[in-house]
Formats: sequence, structure tokens, C-alpha cells
Amino acid sequence: MNPAKTAPNKNPIVRFLTMNTSGQTSGRSLPLWRQLLFQVVCLAILASVMFPIMYIVTMSFSSKTTRPSSLELIPKEISFIAYQQVLDRPTGNPVTFIELLKNSILLSVGVGLIALLIAVTAAYAFSRLKFKLREVLMVLVFIPLLMPAVGLSTPLYLLLNQVQIKQCSPEVLAIQPFTTCEEGVRGRLLFNLRDSLFGVGIAMTATALPFAVWNLKGYLDTIPKELEEAAAIDGADTNQTFWQIVIPLAAPQLAVTFFLGFIGHWQEFVTTWLFLSQPKDYTLAMTLYNMTGQYANSVPWNRFAAMAVIVALPVAVVYIALQKRIVGGLTTGGVKG
Amino acid sequence: MEISKSSSRKAQWQKKSLPYLYLLPAFLIMGVITFYPLIYQVIISFTNFETQHLLLGLKSPELEFIGFKNYVDIFTAALPVENFNFFRVLEFNFWWALSNVMLHVPAGVLIATLLNTEGLWMKRIYRAVYILPVVVPPLVVATIWTNIFDERYGAMNQLLANISTYFGHVGPIYIRWFEDVKPPIPGFLPGAPLTLAYYAMMMANFWLGWPFMSVVATGALQSIPKDLYEAASIDGATGGQQFWNITVPLLRPAMIPAAVYGFTLSFNLFNFVFFMTGGGPARSTELLVTFAYNLVRNLRWYGVAAAFAVIIFAVAMVVFLITNRITRATQNYSEA
Repeated sequence: MNPAKTAPNKNPIVRFLTMNTSGQTSGRSLPLWRQLLFQVVCLAILASVMFPIMYIVTMSFSSKTTRPSSLELIPKEISFIAYQQVLDRPTGNPVTFIELLKNSILLSVGVGLIALLIAVTAAYAFSRLKFKLREVLMVLVFIPLLMPAVGLSTPLYLLLNQVQIKQCSPEVLAIQPFTTCEEGVRGRLLFNLRDSLFGVGIAMTATALPFAVWNLKGYLDTIPKELEEAAAIDGADTNQTFWQIVIPLAAPQLAVTFFLGFIGHWQEFVTTWLFLSQPKDYTLAMTLYNMTGQYANSVPWNRFAAMAVIVALPVAVVYIALQKRIVGGLTTGGVKG
Repeated sequence: MEISKSSSRKAQWQKKSLPYLYLLPAFLIMGVITFYPLIYQVIISFTNFETQHLLLGLKSPELEFIGFKNYVDIFTAALPVENFNFFRVLEFNFWWALSNVMLHVPAGVLIATLLNTEGLWMKRIYRAVYILPVVVPPLVVATIWTNIFDERYGAMNQLLANISTYFGHVGPIYIRWFEDVKPPIPGFLPGAPLTLAYYAMMMANFWLGWPFMSVVATGALQSIPKDLYEAASIDGATGGQQFWNITVPLLRPAMIPAAVYGFTLSFNLFNFVFFMTGGGPARSTELLVTFAYNLVRNLRWYGVAAAFAVIIFAVAMVVFLITNRITRATQNYSEA
């Protein structure tokens, strides 16, 4: 046994997948009847895990546009026609798949990046600097974390809805809430912040930002302080330490926080479905919901299945690529856990 | 002398103000988009804010401050909404989260222990497959299970029909998973009847929930020294005794934070409920968060919705205080 090779890996998923299970430590071997019994149980669990996955994958590769009349769990044909149709014309509206994808990426990447960039200095201050009001301000950051996203959506809806641009007459523009049209003139609505991707982005940032501050503080707390102390002895001030020592050290964890946020925002449904009314602003998650169950009387199920696979793929890829860190991040950094 | 003194004072002032400078961007933005809306929410929870006030907000002339009427209406079920009773929803919400965790954690631990058995064949394959539900985004999982439980074309009814042919039943089965109002086990949860839709959601969420617990349990199992089991088996302890007296107590410090995490997650599990049942039938599967969403999106009673959100906040606070206590207590246990 090479000690370097068996260095303990802290991450549960990695251990779960790679743990040494050959059983040299004990001489006991598994009796055959017990082995068979366990195999039956394991296979039954395997079947239950694979059941919905195979169901949806099989359906997505089917060319049948009718709803399934009997259960099929193994693809009889590999047809990409459903994928092609979803990519060509995902909804009944004249919106291309690329636009939907662009909206989803804009929201998930944009909100993730902005929250991270704004949060990182505050997280550093909470983690390393001493100042009055530290405890009070930390509790203040924690308060919004207790509120589920749905709970904050009402006031955000009302406040963002008050920011509108109106054409009162051909010459006069009114920007609410600063100016309004004259009494009795309704005006034509040009822009409503609530009904725009920008407004939804603001609403999502409202909950993402305190979470990012809290999460990053948790991460920064785990970074050893020795390097910073050494830098301070060498005469570096707080700013230099932050930019030249802490940021490079924390970069991988910043990336993980960003991708955790991406996974969450990619599935954002509460605010988007509540705020957005124009099909051109729809995201992939909203489209998938529109194709589901009773709301999709006209949508063939093979297209729904193809869409489900497409929406799931980016998250699955990110998750598998980052599995080394994600579970650890959920249980150590996150306070909601 | 004067100059150096003042510059050193300036440096000191800079040093003192630096932390606040670091906090400034985040707090400036949170002040506008997080804290101000939170306060705004409390204010409008005391008003009769409805659609006609959308344009002018608090400045609208007809907006009335009605005191605690919204809160009283919610608690006394005086809202003109069919089948709404706050305390039934609250009870169901707690039961939903609790029953999920009570199933996911033991199943996760048992399966992790099973996969930890020495000499089990094909272990790697099982591990790789069992982790799949963790990887698929929950929103997609919710939509897939919604279609699986479809009354006419869903996979679940078709599967049941396939199985029932072995018992002599021929023909399709149409179980109305999301519409049937009659609870299959009457009186199971007093005060909040559990309809078939609850069991359907439990199945779907079970699929999603246990693999995560299993991952956490496997990590913890690895840290239990093997000699403990060897010593126990020398002393003549059976497999069951070893499980209860070694595995379970040593897993507890890892599993309780995971269970708390799972509880909070299930407690606010919006997507599953909203996608699969929308809170129905007859609001029997409504959670606090889905009802709050209905208040804003469909009923558009913003004042009532704000009051409801404030109540949700209070409930979340209580849940947090309790779960935080539990986590702390177990931390002490693991250190002792």
C-alpha cells in the first residue's frame, strides 16, 4: 500500500466512488447465499433509480408524437427528431431555442457572477477584520437567508413594477417613479422593470447576495491565516493581503461558489414565472414547465422528454466535474444546511 | 511634527474605516434590493394592497391601513379562498418535511451500509448509478415525475398494470394520483388528511432524497475504525448488534446535520409541490411557500401575501432555532 496513493480524501462523493472495498482488513468472506441476497436487493434499488431516467431517455429518443400507451424503458429506436424539433421551435411562440438558452445563461451566469463579485470583499471583512458592529451586521446578513425566495418575491414584485418608462405623447417620455404622465393620460408602456430579465436578475440577486456573503465567509474561515500573517510581517497592508494573498488562495472556492449558484439559478422558477410575461424573456426552466403534464395538452411527450434531458445536462455536467468539492461545500460552507 | 502627526491620525482613521469600506458595496446593494423590500413587505402587510394599487404603491389615495386584519384573516381562515386553513397547511408542511427525512435518512444509511459490505460484487457500478439522482436538477426531476404520475399516459399506472397482469388483472389501470380527494389511509394524520397526491410526491421525493443521505453516510462509515467491528465480532456480537451498537451511534454526528439540511430543504420544497399537484387536490398538499405563491400570482392579494410572508419568516425562524439547537447538541456529543 502506497501511503501517497491512499491519502485520505475529505470529500464524501469521491470516497463514495473510490473507497477501497477489496476487504483485506478482515479475513471474513461473504457467504454465497448472502452475496446473492444482497445482489438482489442492490439490483432492485438499481432498477428503481434507473426507472425514471430510462423512461425519459427512451421517450426522448422516440419518434412517436402520440402519448405513450404502454411502458417502454429501453429505447427501441434512436431518433433525434424530438431533439431537433425542440431545438428548432421549442414553444408555440416564435422564440428560438437560442434565445431561451441565452436568457437562462444570462440570468444564471450574470446573477452568480455579480453576487460573487459584490460579496467577496464583505465576506473577507467578516472573516478577517475586527470592527464594531461586526455581530450586528452579520445577523443582518443572516436575516434574509431565513426567508424562502417566495417570501421575498411580493415586495420585489411591487417595487420593481413601479419602475416604468411610458410614452405619454409623441414628445413626452415619463420615467416612473420620478416623473409621471399628466393627469388623465394613460400613456403607452415602453418598459417595465418587473417584466424584464434585468428586473428578474435584480430580484434573484436580492436573495443570492446575502447567501454568497455568508457562504464565502464560511469558506474564507477555513483558509489558514499563516500566509496572511507572514505577509503582514513583511509589511503588506490589508488591501495588498486581500488582493495578492487571499483572492488567489480562495480562487478555486470562489469558482465552486459560482457554480453552486449557477446550479441553483439555472433552475430558477419562482421569480421568473411570477415576473415575466413576454415569451421572448422565457427561460429554459419556464419552457420545460410549460411542456409538463396538464399544461401541455398539445406538446408531444417525446419533445418534453428531449427538453428535460437538455435542461438537465448542463447541471449534470457541472456537478460531475465538480463533485470533488460540491458535497463538502454544501455541508461546511452553507448555513442553510 | 504637525504634519506627521496628522498623517498618522489619518492612517489610523483609514485603518479603522477600512472594514466598512470592504462592507460598503455589498451592504449598499443589499440595502436597496434586500433590506428595503423586507421592510416594505412588513409595511404593506398592514394594508389592503391589491392590483389597483400597483401603479402608485404606497402613494395611492385609496390604499388603506387595516391593522392586523390580514394576519387575523389568515389565522382564522377568513380569507375568501376555498379549503384554506392555515393551521392545517402548517401541520401538513411540518409532517411533509418530517416524514421525508424519516424515510430518507434510514434508507440512505442502510443502503450505504449495504454497499460497504466487504466482498460485494459490482460495488463500483452500484455506487456510480446510485448517485445519479443527486446529479439531475430537482426542477427537471419534478417535471419528469409529474408526467410519470399522469392518470392516462403516466409510467406509474402503466407499470402497475404490467405488474398486475401477473396477478390475473387484465387491462389498463387509471389511478387518479393528483385528483383523488379521498385519503387512502383515513385518519393517518389527524387534522390534515393525506391524499394520494401526498404519497405520489413522497415516492418522487424519496427517489431524489435518499442518495444524498447515502453519500453522506458512506463518508461517515469510512471514518469508523475497522477494529471496532473486529473486536465486536471476537466478542461474539452478531451483524445486527454491530450495526446498532457501533454503526448507528458513530454515524449520528454526521447524519444529524444532513437530516437538518434535508428537513429545511423539504420544508420549502416549492418545485415538487407546485409542479406535481399545485397544492391540490382541495389544497391538501399545499405548503406554506406554494400558498404564498398562489396569493401573489393567482389571487393577487399583495397585502395578504405580504402578511403571509411575514408569518412564513416567523415559522422559518422557529424552525431554524430548533434545528440549530439540535445541530449544536450533536456537535457537543461528537466532541465529548
